[in-house]
Amino acid sequence: MNKYVERLYNGIIKENPTFVLMLGMCPTLAVTSSAINGLGMGLSTTVVLVFANLLISIFRKKIPNGVRIPAFIVIVASLVTIVEFLLKAYIPVLSESLGVYIPLIVVNCIILGRAESFASKNEPVISIFDGLGMGLGFTLGLTIIGLIREILGAGTIFDAPVLTNIGYTPMTIFIMAPGAFLVLAFLVAGMNIIRKKMEEKGKPLAKPSGCITGGDCANCASAAGCTSPEKKEN
Amino acid sequence: MGETLGSLVTIAITYAIVNNVVLSQFLGICPFLGVSKKTETAAGMGGAVIFVITIASFVTGVIYKFVLANEYLMNLGIDLTYLKTIVFILVIAALVQFVEMFLKKVMPPLYQSLGVFLPLITTNCAVLGVALNAITFEYNLLETVVYGLATAVGFFIAIVLMAGLREKIEYNDIPKPFQGTAIVLITAALMSIAFMGFSGMKI
Repeated sequence: MNKYVERLYNGIIKENPTFVLMLGMCPTLAVTSSAINGLGMGLSTTVVLVFANLLISIFRKKIPNGVRIPAFIVIVASLVTIVEFLLKAYIPVLSESLGVYIPLIVVNCIILGRAESFASKNEPVISIFDGLGMGLGFTLGLTIIGLIREILGAGTIFDAPVLTNIGYTPMTIFIMAPGAFLVLAFLVAGMNIIRKKMEEKGKPLAKPSGCITGGDCANCASAAGCTSPEKKEN
Repeated sequence: MGETLGSLVTIAITYAIVNNVVLSQFLGICPFLGVSKKTETAAGMGGAVIFVITIASFVTGVIYKFVLANEYLMNLGIDLTYLKTIVFILVIAALVQFVEMFLKKVMPPLYQSLGVFLPLITTNCAVLGVALNAITFEYNLLETVVYGLATAVGFFIAIVLMAGLREKIEYNDIPKPFQGTAIVLITAALMSIAFMGFSGMKI
């Protein structure tokens, strides 16, 4: 397989950030009350991820090792600010419904994680594909969770009243806060089953690396390079 | 004066209980799931979060008011408020380091109990979320600090309750696929439903 296509496959299927690695749980729970919100959040994150990977990969030899985490954070935060203003200008509805979670893309583990583990070690072009793969994988995850919640909780698919037309009474709880936890709980349980099946077949999935694994948060922090900058240097 | 106090109390109750930061706003999910295995550690994490968010909301509030949204610069037509995300995340990261060093030097007993959790807090999106929300809500400095404190207390309540529940869940017979994170998420869903009950409260 072409190495660029391999990166896309890796991000979307093999190491899908939502289903397999279980990273970025804050936005996964917060913005998936409808499929369109999930899609919007996913695509915004993808844009940031692609450009962050590109810039970090270009400057990887220029950034001194000791201050790389603060440097990454500044690059990511600038990109997030740009995306935030673009959304506000061109898709104000989405910007309104995603609210504070757009600027919070800065602290999304996926972005710093890819910067630290991939873009800072690889050529720009392949880093773009890595960011694109991971971003689309995240988009896919958020959209699927959003779809499930929207179908159960509002009876619509992308705002089209599909189920309500055939007499389905929506369970509103699924588009409210508890529904997010419930859907994710069943998703994690389902993934546990798949994980076990794959292990029996001899093709184990990648280990979840986010904080959701139930380990302590240091795992997430070190995996994604999210620990405070000075700590990293020592 | 009475009116201000009233609005402060409203902010405090709303964000500590009704709009709980974890259970209804989904900020700080990471430590909520990761550090909630034992009540003592959960309380330590909660304490550290209260400490950091309160200070961070004050510092970011001051920086926003007197540097980014400086009236003098505004009058000159220089609007720096668009820098808030970049400035806040750096300020928070530096602040956490500073607090850690300060506690280590000046209050060793407090450092002993909170120290290990401090570096983890930079990742906590609740800190940045509070700083950014306070601006969206157009709070003044005092309201910002109360809002930060209340949010952090809400986090403390949620994580300590969750840790208490998890200690009991340890002894339960749970279906295999649901062991670990899945059952914790289901517990969180039930807690979230319980907290929704508060939204009927008239303040």
